[in-house]
Amino acid sequence: MSNKLLGLEDVSVSFGQVVVFRHLSLDISESEFVAVVGPSGCGKTTLLNLFSGFIKPSSGGVTCSGRVRMVYQYDSLFPWQTAAQNIALGLRHLGNEGEQKRQLKEMLRLIKLEDFAGHYPHQLSGGMRQRVELARALAGNTDILLLDEPFSSLDYLTRLRLRRELARMLEELPRTVVLVTHDIEEAAQLADRVVVLSERPARICRQLAVALPRPRELTHPLVVDTVHHILTELGLEQDQENWVASTSVS
Amino acid sequence: MTEEPLATKARLLPLLVLLIALGIWSVLTLLKVFPEAVFPSPLAVAKGFGEELRSGRLLDDLVASLFRVTTGFALAVMSGIPAGLWLGRHARSRIAFLPAINFFRSLSPLAWIPFAILWFGIGDLPAIFLIFLASFFPLVLATLAAVASIPSVYFRVARDYGFGNTELLTQVTLPAIAPQVITALRVTAGLAWLVVVAAEMIAGHDGLGFAIWDARNGLRMDLLVAGMVVIGVIGVALDRVLWRLTKIPSVRWGYEQ
Repeated sequence: MSNKLLGLEDVSVSFGQVVVFRHLSLDISESEFVAVVGPSGCGKTTLLNLFSGFIKPSSGGVTCSGRVRMVYQYDSLFPWQTAAQNIALGLRHLGNEGEQKRQLKEMLRLIKLEDFAGHYPHQLSGGMRQRVELARALAGNTDILLLDEPFSSLDYLTRLRLRRELARMLEELPRTVVLVTHDIEEAAQLADRVVVLSERPARICRQLAVALPRPRELTHPLVVDTVHHILTELGLEQDQENWVASTSVS
Repeated sequence: MTEEPLATKARLLPLLVLLIALGIWSVLTLLKVFPEAVFPSPLAVAKGFGEELRSGRLLDDLVASLFRVTTGFALAVMSGIPAGLWLGRHARSRIAFLPAINFFRSLSPLAWIPFAILWFGIGDLPAIFLIFLASFFPLVLATLAAVASIPSVYFRVARDYGFGNTELLTQVTLPAIAPQVITALRVTAGLAWLVVVAAEMIAGHDGLGFAIWDARNGLRMDLLVAGMVVIGVIGVALDRVLWRLTKIPSVRWGYEQ
């Protein structure tokens, strides 16, 4: 693989008696979008915590070269700060104030919230808040984006819309992305590679490459096919030899 | 906006209630349900109020009471909020101190009056001491509860974005607890105002509480009611001042969810 940015080498993680990972290895290369799916409690979030350095493995090695940003599952915007102030957190490390201002404006434009810069999170809709979270994480020339079920609290249509938004943002600001999600469709619609984890202690049961440019239609045969493969891997659908995406009734 | 006239009308409603209450009061005095000596009329109270105002005594008492409340309350805020912050962040200390804090909070400050007089004599000091006791423990409790309930994700985000220890305090902890602390300030300021009146009745030689006690000793029920009215009005005014704090843009999230 070319230019590995993130990696787990023979990593084991246990919390007390609970073994989450046993000898797990995974490489993610620069600009790759990897989605991680698997049953609840299999250690998907632990994977992100390893990459972000929030937890250390019991054994094995973690590689992470670059500036990492995490987007959390629940509201993690500071409610006492405006949308602009929250995004500006992501620009703190840039010393130059003029540059900070310029990039802040740029991020607000990117998420199409220029008119809401002075609004507080509680004055924004769920979808808008999540866009601000994404902007905060994307701001300031970062390399790696760790997404922990970023859209799980949104309604279905907003979720679909935000997937398109994320694809568009990444087109403008390419990043290496690890997306942890329960949403199989989301994984198939966004990722270059989908990693399917097993029950705890988690191992990689299957990796699926989705060679299709973003943004992708949810109903594209390749996306539908990927969903089917993931569901089959999780034991939720039957594998069929001559499986067709859809049949027309005339 | 169609709601505008309704809002203006709604603002007049408290005035209406006041007028009705005054009306009932006047009728009761006119009907002589109680003798005039123990049930002064609104007019007598207004006259007494004017008398106290002209003599300058009312203003002196008001200043004395406000000075005590402000001093005692400020001391409680300056020590209670830091104590609450510290206990909120240190689980072991919290476990150690919480029962004691709850014990003292449940103890009416008035029970301390004998000691207040024995230790500090008569005047400003015993009242300030009692106001401090009344406000300190609830403030510590409210602050530590607020700190302990800050969602941990805020601290993770702060760590992700490279916050130092001072920034964690000033830019995460303090703004995160501000709405709850402001509510606690309003409640405890009300308590402090209740206590100053009681403290001055027993351990004072001036102040609104003393004025009421003095009026009672002189059987001047008109002056007593005038004092009561002033105490009530100041209490409402104090709360209105602190209520303004809830309108600060960066704390509104705490009241609108």
